[in-house]
Formats: sequence, structure tokens, C-alpha cells
Amino acid sequence: MPFEIPAPPPGEPTWPYELYKLLKDAGITQFSYVPDAGHKVLINLSLADPDVHSVPLTSEEEGVAMAAGAHLGGQKHVLLMQSSGAGNCINMLSLPRLGKFPFLTILSMRGDFGEGNPWQMPMGKSVQPVLEACDVVCLRVDTPEEVIPTVEAGLTMAFQSQESVAVLLSQKLLGAKKFG
Amino acid sequence: MSDFVLDRKEVIPRLIQNADEYLIVTGLAGTARDVASLCGAEGANYYTMAGAMGGAVAMGLGLALAQPDKRVLVVTGDGELLMNVGALATVAVMNPPNLGIICVDNGHYGETGNQVSHTGHTTDLGVMASGAGIKQVRTVADESQIDDAAAMVKGGNATFFVHLKVNDGPPPVINRSLDANYTKTVFRKALLGTA
Repeated sequence: MPFEIPAPPPGEPTWPYELYKLLKDAGITQFSYVPDAGHKVLINLSLADPDVHSVPLTSEEEGVAMAAGAHLGGQKHVLLMQSSGAGNCINMLSLPRLGKFPFLTILSMRGDFGEGNPWQMPMGKSVQPVLEACDVVCLRVDTPEEVIPTVEAGLTMAFQSQESVAVLLSQKLLGAKKFG
Repeated sequence: MSDFVLDRKEVIPRLIQNADEYLIVTGLAGTARDVASLCGAEGANYYTMAGAMGGAVAMGLGLALAQPDKRVLVVTGDGELLMNVGALATVAVMNPPNLGIICVDNGHYGETGNQVSHTGHTTDLGVMASGAGIKQVRTVADESQIDDAAAMVKGGNATFFVHLKVNDGPPPVINRSLDANYTKTVFRKALLGTA
């Protein structure tokens, strides 16, 4: 019996469940992550799903190298991280860039729209320019309606065009975490 | 540094007896040459790096999960492993039965002027691997420990870690491609039949 994605609880956003289905339908079998509240549903679904590998990382750059290893072995990998993790990936991004390994990461943003924790601001503001300097295509999502078409575009660019792609889920979409 | 005595050129072929039975990911510098020398410059069952330091163990994990019916080895140095030593914890959590790690520890950063590394001072990577939760760990620091570790590599049916302590003599000399895309394509064609 294939894993059945549960229905979203009433009142909760439906896009994380639709996003998980999209990733599964695209053939993703490895989900790696350093946990973040913005990825809670995806992480929990991957943990509950016996058909995929759900891999907790100690540092986000492990996921960059894992994705390349998955491709060597014929599987598709997605790395889920908070925006602060982007800084941990910089040197490792040379692996997919130089080797033209498909690389897709989905970042839940902190340090942007409405942020109340000043410690999140420096990396939040740096994520996109830093990733773009490393030749990573950045696709930003601000509304629930944009999630699926944007990640679809990212999947195609990563796995057909062999690009490194980051989808940035903004705090307009996720809501700014109450802080302080 | 008194227990860093073994010669990598002699011990590694004794640990990995039939290299073509494995898919192998290496770190940069010395271990890339160790494995290229073992498999031949044109071998298609290994992927070496010349950068992306700290990525070898995680890359091997991604490969091992993708290819559960193949044996996967990561062969990497002490400096490369120390850069992302948390990857040992990630491997231990996933515990893939087809993945083994061989850390060739010479206690030095051999490629950059032979500076003494942390393991040449105080750090014990075998203990760190055990602490991460990897169950099968062997230290190989002298002749008497080689055969037992080689049997574990050969028989391996659980995640394992070999802490191989060697002297700081040079790795084998071999020309290998540094084109990360070309070597990826060679590897995938041999394994998957597709680029």
C-alpha cells in the first residue's frame, strides 16, 4: 500500500500537503533537513512515509553533498532548511555547480517580512544575494497560490536543466514568528 | 604521534581487497589518490573530489540510500572528516547497512604544508564515530589489527567505521580527472546506464 497523505486539519493551510504530494510525484525519495517550524508538515510527512528516506542533518551543507550522492545513485533529493542555513552551504555548493548535479532546496525564510528577532536579520537579508553569487537560481514565494507552480518550476530547472535552485518561502507566506 | 606508523600505500589495498565490489566516494587530496590508484584512473565505480571539503561522508550516505543493493565505501582523510564531523551522527541515525567509512588518518593536513591536525594532537576520530552512534568501529594502527578490519570491510552488513592510522608519507602518484561533471557522467553511465 503506497503511503496516503493525510488531509490537512481544518483551518490549517493546505499548501504544505499539496507540496509534499508534488515532491513525491516528481520522484523525490530523499528528504533531508535541519528542522524549522516552516517545514514542520513536510518533515513530519517524510518521517511518516515509509517510501522515502527522511534524513535529519547536523548542518545544511551535508544535504548539498547528499543530494549529489543521491544523483550518483539515481535518486532525487530535496534539502529543506531555514534561511539561516544557507550560509552553511556556500563552499559545498561548488559540488553541484562544478559537477552539474541537480540540486533543489526549499528555504523557509526568517529575517524578512515582519521579523521581530534581530539575530535573524543579517542572514535573512543576505540569503538571496549570497546564493545568487554562488550561481543558485532563487525563486521567491509570497502567497499560497504561488507555492506549487514555483516548486514545479524549480523541480524542472533542477532535475532537467541540472541547475542549483533555491525556493524561498517568505514570511509573507509563512507568517512572521512571534518573538519577544 | 608514535602510533601513526602504517604505510597507506600498503594497508589500504589490504583493507579494500576487491575494490570493484564497491561504489566508492573519496575526499580530496590523499584519499582521492589512494582510491584512484586502487581502482585505476579510468575506473567507473568511484567518485573523487578535489574540493567541497567535508562532503565525502554525506555524499556517500546519499549514494548508499539510493543504492541499497550495492556496497558503498567512503574513504576520506582526518582533515576532511573533521570539517563536517557531524555527518557521522547523521550516518549513525540513518544506519544504512551497506555503508562503510574508512578514515585514513595521518594526523596531518598533508596537502597544505603538512601541518599537524587535531588528530595528531588529541582528537580520536574512532571514539567520535562511536560517540556518534556507529556500532561497528575498528581502529587499525598496527599490523595485528589489519586482518580483522579487512574482514569487517569484506563482510560488512552494518554501517561501519575504520579508523586507519598511517604515517605522513605521500599517497600514490596518479593522474585523475578533476572534471566533476565528466567523472559524474562516467560513474552514472556505468551504474545506471544513463548519463
